[in-house]
Formats: sequence, C-alpha cells, structure tokens
Amino acid sequence: MKSVALKILGALVVLWAAATFTFFVQAALPGDRATLLLNQDSGQIKKRTAAELAPINEEFGFDKPLVQQYADYLGGLATGDLGISYQKKAPVTEIIGEQILPTVWLTLAALVAAWVIALLLTLFTTRRSRVVKTLGSGFETLSAALPHYWLGVILLVVFAIQLSIFPVEGGTSLYGLILPALTLAIPLAGFLGQVTRDEFENVLDEPFITSARARGMGDFEVRWRHALRHAVLPAITLSGWALGALFSGAVIAEIVFARQGIGQILVTAANARDVPVVAGIVMVVAFVYVIANLLVDLAYRIVDPRIQT
Amino acid sequence: MSAAPITPVGPATTRVDVSGALRGVRPGLALAFAIVGFFVVSALLPALLAPYDPFDVNLRDALQAPTLAHPLGTDQSGRDVLSRVIYGARESLYIGLAATALSLTIALVLGVAAGLSGKFTDGVINRFIEVLFAFPVLLLALLFVTVFGAGTTTLIVAVGVGTAPGYARMIRGQVLAVKNSGYVEAAGALGHSYPRIVRRHILPNAMRPLVVLLTLGVGQAIVWASGLAFLGLGVAPPSPEWGAQLDAGRTYITQAWWLEVMPGLAIVWFALALTAIGRWIQQRLEGGQR
Repeated sequence: MKSVALKILGALVVLWAAATFTFFVQAALPGDRATLLLNQDSGQIKKRTAAELAPINEEFGFDKPLVQQYADYLGGLATGDLGISYQKKAPVTEIIGEQILPTVWLTLAALVAAWVIALLLTLFTTRRSRVVKTLGSGFETLSAALPHYWLGVILLVVFAIQLSIFPVEGGTSLYGLILPALTLAIPLAGFLGQVTRDEFENVLDEPFITSARARGMGDFEVRWRHALRHAVLPAITLSGWALGALFSGAVIAEIVFARQGIGQILVTAANARDVPVVAGIVMVVAFVYVIANLLVDLAYRIVDPRIQT
Repeated sequence: MSAAPITPVGPATTRVDVSGALRGVRPGLALAFAIVGFFVVSALLPALLAPYDPFDVNLRDALQAPTLAHPLGTDQSGRDVLSRVIYGARESLYIGLAATALSLTIALVLGVAAGLSGKFTDGVINRFIEVLFAFPVLLLALLFVTVFGAGTTTLIVAVGVGTAPGYARMIRGQVLAVKNSGYVEAAGALGHSYPRIVRRHILPNAMRPLVVLLTLGVGQAIVWASGLAFLGLGVAPPSPEWGAQLDAGRTYITQAWWLEVMPGLAIVWFALALTAIGRWIQQRLEGGQR
C-alpha cells in the first residue's frame, strides 16, 4: 500500500514538473505578448501604444510579476482552469471540451484495432512455416515504420478517392471513422506485434507449454489459453506509453481526413500562435498520459502479483 | 539454440577472409545501403542526380502523372517531382542529423549522470526523464512552434528535445549494466581509481549503442520533421523538403496522387533503410549472437 501511495505522489510530481516546464516555455515567448495578441487579431504588424496594451495586460495578467503568473497558472491548473484563448477569447477548457470527444473515440477505436491486428498476427504467424513467419514479421517491421501522415494519405487516395469505398471527408460518422482509425492502428499494431511476437516465442519454449501439449491440448488452444496471456504483458505496459504516439497520430489523422477534433484546434492554434490553447492541450495530454501510466502500473501489480517492490 | 555449429576442419588458409566482413549482409541490407547511399549523394551533390532544376516552373507541364520524362510526375507548377525529392534530401537529412545530434547530447548528459550518480540524483534525473516522456514529440514540437515561430531551428530543437528521453533511458540502462559488470569490478579490485574506471571502461562501453541510436534516430527525426512540415508548421512549401512537398501536394490530392505518394515514399524508404542498417550494426556489436 505504501508503494501505491508513493506511485501516486510520483505521478503528482511529474505533473507539477510538466506544468512548470509548459509555463516557462510559454514565458519564453519572444516579444511583448499583448502586442502579439493585438497584431494577430488585426493581422497587422505594428507597435502598439500603452493605452492599447493596458486592457489586454489587465485581462490576461501579463503585467504581473512572473512568480505571480506562475502561481496563478498552477492554481488555475489545480482547479481545472487552463487560461483564456488569445484568439477566441474563450476559456481553453471550453474549447477543448467541445472537440475532445471525436478525438477520444478515434484514439480508442485505434487502440482496440491495433490490439486486434497485433494479436491476430502473433497468434497465427509466430512459429509457423518460414513464409508465414517472414510475412508476419515483415508486415510488423514495415507498418511500424510508416509515418501516420503518409499512411493516412495512402489510405485516403486508395480507398476514398480511387475506389470510392469511404467518404473523402470523414465528418463524425462511424463509417468515416474506419480509415482514420486504421491510419493510427496499423503502425501501432506493427509496434505491439513486434513486442508480443518476441515474448510469445520465449513463452512457447516454457515447460508449462510442453506440459499442456503433453496433456493433449491442441495447438491453437495452447497459444490462446496459455501462451498469449504471458506474451501480452509487456505490450500492455507499452500501450500506456503508446498513448502519446497515438494522440500525435490522431492530430495528423484528423488533418488528413478533415475530421473534427483536437487536431484541428491544435494546428489552427499553432498557426495563430494561440499559446494558451496549445499549452492547454499539451497539459491535458500530459495529464492523461501520467494517469494512464499510473493505472497500467497499478494494473500490472494485479495481473502479476510477483511485482511487490 | 546455442549449440555450436559443426565446422569442417580443413587446411588453414592464409587468404584474407572477405566473406567474414560481409557476413550478414543480406540482399535487403544491400538495398538499404544503396538507398541511404543514394540519398546521401542527393544531399551532397543533388545536381549530379537530378534530371531537372527543382525550382524550374513550367506551367504547361503542370500535374502530369509519372511518365518516362518525369518518372515521379510533375507538381502544380510543372516542376519535376523526382528532382524535388532529390533536392529535398539535403534539408531533410540536415534536420534529421542535427535533431538526432542534439537529442543524443541531451540523452548522454542525462543518462550518464543518472547512471553514475548515487540513488538520490539518479532518482531526480529519472523523474525528469519521465516528465519529458509525458510530452509526445509532436505536441512538444507544436508548443515550440507556437511560442518561437516555425522554422528549421525550432524544428531541430523540438524534435531533439522530444526524442531525448527515450535515448536517455537507454543510455542510463547501459551505464548501469556496465557499472555493475564483472570487468569494472575487476578493475576496481586491481586498484584503479574511480575516474580512471569511468574514463577507460564505463564510458567507452556505454557509448557502444550510440552508433545504433544515431542511425535509428536520424530516420525517426526525419519522419517527425516532415510530419510537422506536413501540418504546415515546419519548413515552408517552396522548399523541396519532403514534408513541405507533402503539405503543398495535399491540395491536389484528388487529381494528383503522385504528389503525396512519391515524397512520402522517399521518407519511408529512407527511414526503413536506416532502421535496417541500425539493426544490423546492433547485431554485429552484440558480437555474433543472433
């Protein structure tokens, strides 16, 4: 129990450090922020008078000392306040909240699809004939190396434009979810597959596999009921870790398929130099990442009681 | 698995064993070397390989599908895509190398410091690495671009910092493994001073995977940098950088698939080839064990 408390404390420390890092990157914004904000709004580049800048400084607190701003920022985060968008003048939490669901669905769909593909590959191609084995691991190596943006474009060109099986612009329909989800799932499946394959091969050499076979259990059953359970453990840990990569992929897939979601907001905000929005999304993702890894860590103790450090 | 192969005992030869040096060079690996070689030459001397000027606008030839005259087709301004891919290699390779160099430098400092220091400092650095992990590369890069503006330097710093924690963790593990190995203990027993052991044994051995990481890292960095350019937040489109080409071609995707497919293929091939070479070096370093 003490170690669980320590884990949670550790996660909090990581979050605090992440917030600090994000704050100071923001603080390093070159030039005067109020000027930038006004210029972005009007699309001009010129020097602003003090009278023009004062209300902006007042509203966003740019003229407060840095320590005060830092304290405000941390305090805001603790209460779920991510600041105000420079561009839309709306709370960042609101902007994110409106668009987060499509992205969450996309990410989850991709995670599930990746696991299904990876497990099928492992179950049916590990320790088979040379050709099957090479095909399986070849597919994994290749797909793990595919950049999301390119894979997405290829899927779009082949299945939406040439074959017209899927809509070119996904919208939010379930049908439109398939290509973007595959865009994220295929590279992740390759990555997870490589890990489970290694582990699966090791497990197949274990004595309990031999004994299961000696009891007359069929090959598929041995793989499904005995070997797989052991082989997926490392990949479960990596899934927590993969969330970050998955989210990055989601941003790109949303752009490629013109889907609504955090990706669109993020790229628009980055182009408009809307720092609070970008920083806010970064913090949300860091938060999800830390929590997910904490859960994976704790789940691991339940699955494998040998870990009790 | 570990049974020694039965080698026929023949007369000892004095011939230089060329095949030994090339052992493990499979056809796939030869292809990987050829691809990397091609792009390195492209980066250094693009004029040698490119059939056309990459900036030569010729509107009459705009958006032509691949033909013999233009093997990879032409873009919306009639520029030859093959020539642009060749000229783009320099920018992409430069970003990849610079970002990886930065990333490995950060990783070395953190990893070696963590591996060599006591429990407390190790814990602190480890936490720091964990914090960096919480920022996906793309998001960190976007944050940097938002704050400092898009550009090659921002891209290099962002990708460098973003990919550093993974390498840092690997190097730390390597340092720890070497530190606790038998020969370091033996050197200690022989009365060698700690700084000397660090200098002569721990650092050189901990550096061994660096070549592998560098090879793998450059491919990864190129993929990330092109991804940002694809989002319109990296190198801007008139440049033939691969990601910038993808970004520019996106508008014409319904009419001209080759604008997206071809520069993308360059990225994928290059990254795959570097991965294959990196894995091969790794295998060789691990000393013949498969």
